[in-house]
Amino acid sequence: MAMLTQEKLLEVQGLQTYFFTDEGISKAVDGIDFSVHRGETLGLVGESGCGKSMTSLSIMQLLSRPGRTVGGQILFKNEDLLTKSEEQMRRIRGKEISMIFQEPMTSLNPVYTVGEQVAEVFRLHENLGRKEAWAKAVELLRMVGIPSPEERAHQEPFRLSGGMRQRVMIAMAMACQPDLLIADEPTTALDVTVQSQILDLMKQLQERMGMSIILITHDLGVVAETCDRVAVLYAGQIVEYASVDSIFDNPKHPYTQGLLQSLPRIDEDQEELLAIPGTVPSPYDLPSGCRFAPRCAFRKDICSTAQPELLKNSDEEWVRCWMYDENWSGSDASGQPHISNQEGSKVI
Amino acid sequence: MLTYIVRRLIQTVPVIFGVILVVFLIMQMVPGDPAVLIAGDGASEETVQAIRHDLGLDRPLPLQYIQYVLDVFRGDLGTSYRSDHPVMDEIMLRLPTTIQLALASIVITIVLGMIAGIVSATRQHSTADRLIMLVALLGISLPSFWLGMMLISFFSVKYHLLPVTGWGSLEHVILPAITLGASGAAIVARMTRSSMLDVIHQDYIRTARAKGLKNRLIVYKHALKNALIPVITVIGLQFGTLLGGTVLVESVFAINGLGRLIVDAIRMRDLPVVQGGVLVASVIFVFVNLGVDLLYRYFNKRIEMD
Amino acid sequence: MNQSVITPAAPHTVIRPGQLRKFLTRMAANKLASAGGFIVLFYIIVALFAPWIAPYDPYNIHLPDKLLLPSWDHWMGTDDKGRDLLSRIIYGTRLSLLIGVAAVSIGAIFGVLLGLVAGYYGGWLDAIIMRIMDILLAFPGILLALAIVSALGASLINVMIAVGVFSIPMFARIVRGSTLTVRKLEYIDSIRTLGGSDLRIILVHILPNIMSPIIVQITLRLATAILSAAGLSFLGLGAQPPSAEWGALLSSGRDYMFSAPYLALFPGLAISTLVIGFNLFGDGLRDALDPKLK
Repeated sequence: MAMLTQEKLLEVQGLQTYFFTDEGISKAVDGIDFSVHRGETLGLVGESGCGKSMTSLSIMQLLSRPGRTVGGQILFKNEDLLTKSEEQMRRIRGKEISMIFQEPMTSLNPVYTVGEQVAEVFRLHENLGRKEAWAKAVELLRMVGIPSPEERAHQEPFRLSGGMRQRVMIAMAMACQPDLLIADEPTTALDVTVQSQILDLMKQLQERMGMSIILITHDLGVVAETCDRVAVLYAGQIVEYASVDSIFDNPKHPYTQGLLQSLPRIDEDQEELLAIPGTVPSPYDLPSGCRFAPRCAFRKDICSTAQPELLKNSDEEWVRCWMYDENWSGSDASGQPHISNQEGSKVI
Repeated sequence: MLTYIVRRLIQTVPVIFGVILVVFLIMQMVPGDPAVLIAGDGASEETVQAIRHDLGLDRPLPLQYIQYVLDVFRGDLGTSYRSDHPVMDEIMLRLPTTIQLALASIVITIVLGMIAGIVSATRQHSTADRLIMLVALLGISLPSFWLGMMLISFFSVKYHLLPVTGWGSLEHVILPAITLGASGAAIVARMTRSSMLDVIHQDYIRTARAKGLKNRLIVYKHALKNALIPVITVIGLQFGTLLGGTVLVESVFAINGLGRLIVDAIRMRDLPVVQGGVLVASVIFVFVNLGVDLLYRYFNKRIEMD
Repeated sequence: MNQSVITPAAPHTVIRPGQLRKFLTRMAANKLASAGGFIVLFYIIVALFAPWIAPYDPYNIHLPDKLLLPSWDHWMGTDDKGRDLLSRIIYGTRLSLLIGVAAVSIGAIFGVLLGLVAGYYGGWLDAIIMRIMDILLAFPGILLALAIVSALGASLINVMIAVGVFSIPMFARIVRGSTLTVRKLEYIDSIRTLGGSDLRIILVHILPNIMSPIIVQITLRLATAILSAAGLSFLGLGAQPPSAEWGALLSSGRDYMFSAPYLALFPGLAISTLVIGFNLFGDGLRDALDPKLK
């Protein structure tokens, strides 16, 4: 695990990003709060459509119409990114905050060589000349583990495999030693063997540079291996935010519990794989009250009528659920039914 | 790459033979006897027969075709019925003019079309975009010869800004080149626009933004090069339409080029000239297409692997 | 010529019953396309009812009235032989639409046939057909049509044939491309294992699925055919006088460019408007049939 400091690099508060379309308003991100400390890896977890990518795009302010951030604050080094001009954001992108995307096959420009694309970052942010930038690009390619980088740099992306392209993406992102790297499902499109290589690479670079990472994924296995803290998203909101140990050993929110439960376990015989019944609500048509309530085994009356607030306890554990009240503290909330691994899970 | 060039060159050979064949066959469809035409009215049967033998018309068709092919490769396209000069000479006299017109027009097509397309795409849904697309619609819908006439009426007749007919200076080139290049420019503009719009939504553009690149750089460096690849093909095709259009435009502007030669020859039933003219124009087009195809392959390296 | 570079005008769609309503709604919502459709409809009506609509006999020579400027009596003036221009243009509508439909029919029927065969059977049949199409496409612009007309003689019918032949390769290419795509779909194989004959497969299963690009192409091709036919007539290679065909009208109008420019203006406007109509409608069709747009 990386060295954690208490200094908060990024603090997202009440982020709201909506899409204004002909079909109505899609509340893709509707109340996201989390923090990222220096040197920390935060996992942003959730099913597809829960708003993970939109959150990251909101941070980078790379949203395209008809999406728009309509509320909240994004404090990066204590400055609100949402108040910055496009010009200011451009200077931050690629330099202080970098992002890598899910599809390495299409995320690189097909008509330029790999070297040119990496060098471009140096030429842009560090004002280096062509030769210098190229030399540094080659070094960077070497650092991310691309063999024969001098030759590879002269090749177009289509000549490289998916894993290698992702390494190039990482190289581009790392070029200016950013404080924060946002990795949006960086390994989902890759083969399993390549996945771990990429994750290892990211970890190595993180240790070398003291960088923070936001790792967006739906794969809890990846989270367990690489993250220090985890934020669980559901239907555009954070429903739980805690350290990785806390999430796995003592999940608070029923959704988190459900996610963990649906992981196949190798240490037990399982009669059936437990899935969370129901489906994620459409962001155009969100239920009033708790958004997870329709699928929740522990649903109470209040869950359908009022949305729970995000409660924070002294151990930096946050949860958004009516099962917990303001007086809740510590990891052992009394009187709370825990989901056991028997068929006691109530199916709705 | 080199092997590809050679391969494509070899592929053009059957096409050229095919073109020669089609031209030959079409000419066979002409009703009437060319020997009679040359001999004139009132000529005796022996004269006609003699002429027929001279022209080789009394031999079986396949042999005539082979003879024709051999002649073509030797540069002999026959003799004009009307002027009695070799067809090749007549064509060569006028070909440069047409090439100049074609080049001027293709420049207009490319430059005007691309700029319009880029402006449209980067300002999608704006007034400029709609206006450009409207003009583009007109460009593909107005008959070129009519456009030419209207331009003449306006610029030459009413306002005496530009000469009506003739050739030789920049002023003479402007109106015909605009007339000829207009529809091509319209098509290129539309194609560039749609291609740019496609490209702008690609993932690698998002990556470029995430790197912190300025918008202008993203559009002109990252997006454009990708967007122009399919446009290259369109430009190649448009050259064909352009070449064919010289027939109309040269007539309207009374320009002494290959197109007008062909049209006059058709009117005069001077078939060797028609045959030769169409042949020459087509062969030129085949090679232009080859060039465009190679250019396309050079830029679209992804399919080089095939 | 590089076949892989040409893509069909619209991707094929599997036609299902509910799709028709969705398609019509999309078309209606597209104002430009609807405008185009109305324009075309308008011309069709004018063509059909020409004898009742035209104020004068378009062929009636009345020299005392020659070269009159547009007025209340003659909305578009008269030509050099005293004939009312408006009436001539109205009758010309019939000819232009007729040529267009005939030429595109020839092009479509043969083109679709050849494209289906080439795409479905592949192999040497495909190679030969496409090579022939390449040869036809090697002729720049209207030169092929020009050559055909010059051989057969100047007449309206020959223009129809010439423009028709010149339209075949485009249809063949597009249909071949679509056929290749559809043929690869798995259900074609399953029908074959159930014993469907080739003819049946082609007609019943493949053809309906590739109709969208064909329809779009027909519409857009009508626009080009009318322009090409007018061009040929303009050169004196099509309808002969005293025909009221628009290209011929422009040809005679050309002689009076200086003295009576309206003689060239109105027929040109007539052609342009109709072609604009077809283009708008065709564009709208293409957008409406594109499954990628939601």
